[in-house]
Amino acid sequence: MAAGKLHPGADAIAVKGWFGAHKWLILRRISQVGILILFLLGPLAGIWIIKGNLASSLALDVLPLTDPYVLIQSVLAGQRPLETAIIGAIIVAVFYILVGGRAYCSWICPVNIVTDTAAWLRIKLGLKGGATFSRNARFWLLGSTFLLALLSGTIAWELVNPVSILFRGLVFGMGMGWGLILAIFLLDLLVSKRAWCGSLCPVGAFYSLLGHTSLLRVSAAHRENCNDCMDCFVICPEHLVINPALKELPTGTGPIILSSQCTNCGRCIDVCAENVFKFDLRFNNTQTTSVTNKHEVLS
Amino acid sequence: MTFSAKRRKFLTETARTAAGVGVATLMLGLYTHQSRALPADAIRPPGALDEDAFLGACIRCGLCVRDCPYDTLSLATAGDDVALGTPFFTARKIPCEMCQDIPCIKACPTGALDHGMDNIDDARMGLAVVIDQEACIAFQGLRCEVCFNICPIRGEAIGLDMRHNKRSGKHALFIPVVHSDACTGCGKCEQACILEESAIKVMPVNLAKGQMQDHYRLGWDEKKKAGESLIGTDDKHRYNLPQGTRYDYEGEGLIPAEPGNVPFSDNPLDVLNGHKEGL
Repeated sequence: MAAGKLHPGADAIAVKGWFGAHKWLILRRISQVGILILFLLGPLAGIWIIKGNLASSLALDVLPLTDPYVLIQSVLAGQRPLETAIIGAIIVAVFYILVGGRAYCSWICPVNIVTDTAAWLRIKLGLKGGATFSRNARFWLLGSTFLLALLSGTIAWELVNPVSILFRGLVFGMGMGWGLILAIFLLDLLVSKRAWCGSLCPVGAFYSLLGHTSLLRVSAAHRENCNDCMDCFVICPEHLVINPALKELPTGTGPIILSSQCTNCGRCIDVCAENVFKFDLRFNNTQTTSVTNKHEVLS
Repeated sequence: MTFSAKRRKFLTETARTAAGVGVATLMLGLYTHQSRALPADAIRPPGALDEDAFLGACIRCGLCVRDCPYDTLSLATAGDDVALGTPFFTARKIPCEMCQDIPCIKACPTGALDHGMDNIDDARMGLAVVIDQEACIAFQGLRCEVCFNICPIRGEAIGLDMRHNKRSGKHALFIPVVHSDACTGCGKCEQACILEESAIKVMPVNLAKGQMQDHYRLGWDEKKKAGESLIGTDDKHRYNLPQGTRYDYEGEGLIPAEPGNVPFSDNPLDVLNGHKEGL
């Protein structure tokens, strides 16, 4: 019962040690919490390295950074943003096109810590089943956020966006925002596995489209070593992305994980005792045929 | 699975997702509509576009909040009655100090705060209104003038109108009067009001202001503009004037007659003594 494992990664811990088997997880948490701390240093300690929040910020008083998703909604709402915001959005977009769009999800987004915790608890408590949401629902929701901005003339999605609510809440004050975060935690824990990040979140959907052809990818470089322990499938927040790269399908795919749903979180690298995975560039795909999307459609 | 069964499954699942997303979209749409209602005591930063445009332009980054040197601004949190994440302030708590360099506007990356506004006196965050004349102690004949004196555009945005105190019969009332052509809505007056509950409050301009129809023409304004009366020459006013005075409508109004030209003396004692003389 591979999929029912309570301790995915146990083999990797035995081989690589606890830190070796959690290397990328630890780095990601340092990144997520570190960014939060950078934003908090100003208001709490008066050290202004970066101010604002994930929607838009100003680093070192010169570098503007703007979330392209929220800016597009503002444009659809009929507004013409200033140059500062546009430049900031281009900088952010270029960054994610390089490092993988959904790296935003796993390396920056604070909700990821909440949903990862829920997923971890699901495994530990042996919770299975529950409702299923279409993994494409997020794209429908992405479209509906654009539509609402267009129709209402306001950035409607920002009224309920849990990513903004959590990050802005931690930096500027939470109010009753914890309620929504708790709801997402319970949704992922009790209602459906990885429901929020894996099926519903339009922010992740936007960044996956942004990073559709991103440079940095995970590669199943040594897939010949795979012993079918299934740990990577159990731990992966987007487990459908692994198969085409890991298992040489009849169509001939891999070893690079080309699906833009891969969040570049690196947990597969961590939990693999056989060191099958590593970070690589998308050009190093040895196979000529690329079926990035075919697999997504099938799912 | 046969082709038609596959197609059936695909269609039902698509319909299910579409319906779910449709319901969520509809609910968010309704909530969006409601969230436009800005409470009257929540004031947007200086230079904010009108509320509808502001909610499309403001991306809720909080950079204006960060650059406000007086911690006036805050971002609405879940539970506030203001659209989530947007900046506002409450005048009674911390008013806008009207910085000359307007750092909040400079910080705004999107233009939700109008970068074209370079003089803080042009800000129209709201309009102060002496909203309770029963509570305002100036109307009771007591000296206060705190709102008048605290006003950053002292004497222009809030003036003092001297009126007769009918109760005592011999004192003046110093009534604060807000002038909408100068008031920025900074809220300093509302915060400074000495009462338990402020008698002067900053209101949204559309709530606070009346508006005449365009067809109104005020004779005295039109006369000033034209340089002369538009309805014919002014007749000399001759009726019901105090004795010994004349009236110049074009100029100074009531004019006392030349001294010496009066049938009775300037000195009231002469009247009294004259009576005695007549005996």
